[in-house]
Amino acid sequence: MDFNDTPEEAEFRAEARAWLEANATPHRDDDEEDLLGERIDDKTLAWCREWQAKKAEGGWACLTWPKEVGGREATPIQNVIWKQELAKYRNPPDIYGIGLGMCGPTILTHGTDEQKQRWIPEMMEGQQIWCQLFSEPSAGSDLAGLRSSAVLDGDDWIVNGQKIWTTGAQFSDWGILVLRSDPNAVKHAGLTYFVVDMHSPGIEIRPITQINRGQGFNEVFFTDVRIPDANRIGAVGDGWRVAITTLMNERASIGGGGGAGNTADLIRAAREIEIDGRPAIENAAVRGKLADFYIRSKGLQFTGNRTLTALSRGQTPGPEASLGKLIGGVMVQDLAEFGIELAGMAGIVHDASNPTTSLWQDRFLAIPGLRIAGGTDEVLRNIIAERVLGLPPEVRLDKGIAFKDVPTGPPSN
Amino acid sequence: MNFDFSEDQKLLQQITRDYLAENAGLAVCREVLESDAPYSTALWKGAAELGWLGTTIPEEYGGAGFGHLELAVIAEEIGRALAPIPFSSSVVVATEAVLRFGSDAQKKKYLPKLASGEWIGTLAATEATGQNGLEAAKTSLSGGSLSGTKIPVADGDIANFAIVSTAEGDLALVDLDGSGVTREALGSFDPSRSVARIVFDGAPAEALEKGRGQISHLLDRAAVPVAFEQLGGATRAFEITREFTLGRYAFGRPVASFQGIKHRLADLWCEIELARSNAYYGAWALSNDDPELAIAACLARVSTSESFDLAAREMIQLHGGVGYTWEYDCHLFYRRAKWLSLALGSPASWKDRLIDRVEARQKSA
Ligand SMILES: Cc1cc2nc3c(=O)[nH]c(=O)nc-3n(C[C@H](O)[C@H](O)[C@H](O)COP(=O)(O)OP(=O)(O)OC[C@H]3O[C@@H](n4cnc5c(N)ncnc54)[C@H](O)[C@@H]3O)c2cc1C
Repeated sequence: MDFNDTPEEAEFRAEARAWLEANATPHRDDDEEDLLGERIDDKTLAWCREWQAKKAEGGWACLTWPKEVGGREATPIQNVIWKQELAKYRNPPDIYGIGLGMCGPTILTHGTDEQKQRWIPEMMEGQQIWCQLFSEPSAGSDLAGLRSSAVLDGDDWIVNGQKIWTTGAQFSDWGILVLRSDPNAVKHAGLTYFVVDMHSPGIEIRPITQINRGQGFNEVFFTDVRIPDANRIGAVGDGWRVAITTLMNERASIGGGGGAGNTADLIRAAREIEIDGRPAIENAAVRGKLADFYIRSKGLQFTGNRTLTALSRGQTPGPEASLGKLIGGVMVQDLAEFGIELAGMAGIVHDASNPTTSLWQDRFLAIPGLRIAGGTDEVLRNIIAERVLGLPPEVRLDKGIAFKDVPTGPPSN
Repeated sequence: MNFDFSEDQKLLQQITRDYLAENAGLAVCREVLESDAPYSTALWKGAAELGWLGTTIPEEYGGAGFGHLELAVIAEEIGRALAPIPFSSSVVVATEAVLRFGSDAQKKKYLPKLASGEWIGTLAATEATGQNGLEAAKTSLSGGSLSGTKIPVADGDIANFAIVSTAEGDLALVDLDGSGVTREALGSFDPSRSVARIVFDGAPAEALEKGRGQISHLLDRAAVPVAFEQLGGATRAFEITREFTLGRYAFGRPVASFQGIKHRLADLWCEIELARSNAYYGAWALSNDDPELAIAACLARVSTSESFDLAAREMIQLHGGVGYTWEYDCHLFYRRAKWLSLALGSPASWKDRLIDRVEARQKSA
């Protein structure tokens, strides 16, 4: 049992470090947090593009991708080592995360050679930003319940309907999109998967304001939008299978709110803040809570180390990786809440006169989104129960009938 | 990164598990629980024959000469079986104390008998109800004579000798069958493990040579293997509960198919996984003699205590009415979980130690 790199891993780490030392800027303590990428202006965008292009040029853009598209066919553990080293430096908001983490792997798995040549290199260099147009007003956790339609017309598909919660749609160039191409087929069989040019006529994007007034996500309306059949990924009616690839990659790439403040910060704060004239950390109730947080966050960290061990042996972590997002999401919310409460009644002041508390308040307002995006807590529990623990699947009322006959709301009488 | 046990250690785990499945089904635990016997002498003998009792004792003293990772592996299996033997007191705490802090002569005297199982050892630290942590003591050792009262002492009624913490900060070795010692078995919350009150009145005793001021460190070292025993119990409770909910039908379907049950099992699984990760970290720190042990021991101790307690509660609840019967085994887990989570100091006291230590580290950074 040890935490050390194997010789090969150490060699790779040294290579990554050397490149970063020569090309990246170290972290600064006053770097702003932007957990959901909601504060992206033109200056930030320019920074994102420049940094991504630099990584691509150095061969550090998409480590695990095939060499023929510009990757380095790195192993998963090498990818993790790279991310560990990268995290020590200043990094812009992750506007390429959806493209590189979800869209790219899906196109590489299900796309034709032509499609790969067309999209992958530019995606890697950061010339194009991608978004994910999956969720709809009536299809979130139950994604296959989506109803935006695609109808074939010559060499094009005509698309009508609405997507929602689309992160980054406002500055994206391309999107991945799942549509209903056959409403008479059973639910999962009537779907087809596309890539859409976000600048196409007939697409309207309206930002949605979050609980913290940020605008990370959008509504996207499609009115007679034409998508060439050449943009279809996978066969007609095979969209669900393709979408699963995207979702698997999404779960693998989302963490549990890492970076949203940690226990060490909180313990430091408890040493500074006073309760009735004594440091808060001397208060028994505070100590108990701090210990709980510390133990949990360490448990998560070492669970991560166990996952890395599996990766290091060439195994792929499966659905058990859901633990990190499920536990981590609730934990950082609890942590932020406690950070606010440490101030006592002053916890209701949210402005520049109260900077330490405001930071926890900002996090407290951002974190609920993390527990919903990319699989809600409840959906993750279902995944753990069914796919890790082998418990029976949910009873379903939408199987074996045409999609148009699936109930969509309370019966009207 | 290799944050896992080796193939050899996994093989040892399998052998241990197979033996216990054969020789220490839950019926063996129940037998002790329901009888006047304080522990299973047959299982203790078996454990001695297999070399478990001398796991970390060097071969020159009649032990197996393994390290603490192997001890952790065996402790987890002991925990899974709810083995009714004084493993945590003797093989973990007492052995660790003599091995770590004893003089050559003390090692020569005690280790071979610990390894063979001829002697059982234990730690006598707590002196009063409500005492937070195990460090404070009034019992005094002077001029080779020990006086004071220790209550409760885990396995104190069956032990041949005790490591006794003193007001002077020593760890005193005392023969419990010798003069000046009166002991009385007390009712145990888990009657498959026993507990006693011991009064020392001028009992002949000697300090462990390097034991002065080391009670805290001893507790840290002992907490990790005991955490594995707790982890084993939690894991087994979870497995039995999962099986039961799959086999039990209500409303025409397995109760394991209800989301209320699925989500609780998913949550419980997460808690046990986190505890396992913390226990692994403790095992790493202990086996490498890393200074991180001071923190790692607290993490392992608290998370395995809490997850074993939770697993045992959920076990009863998800079994329904049968879970509340004497006949079903759920209460064996419920009792053992609580017993182990207090026998080395309460989770609250370990949380306190943790924050002290994290704070100290932040201050020195
Ligand atoms: C910050 C943020 C960013 C997002 N970005 C994107 C994006 O870029 N692209 C995109 O396509 N989508 C995005 N989403 C959408 C996200 O994937 C969905 O919100 C999510 O899947 C939940 O769907 P829903 O909102 O329709 O809620 P619902 O599915 O209606 O859920 C309502 C409640 O019911 C529960 N529930 C649902 N099904 C079950 C079940 N089977 N068992 C138990 N409970 C259940 C849910 O857990 C939840 O508590 C984003 C969401 C957020 C919050």
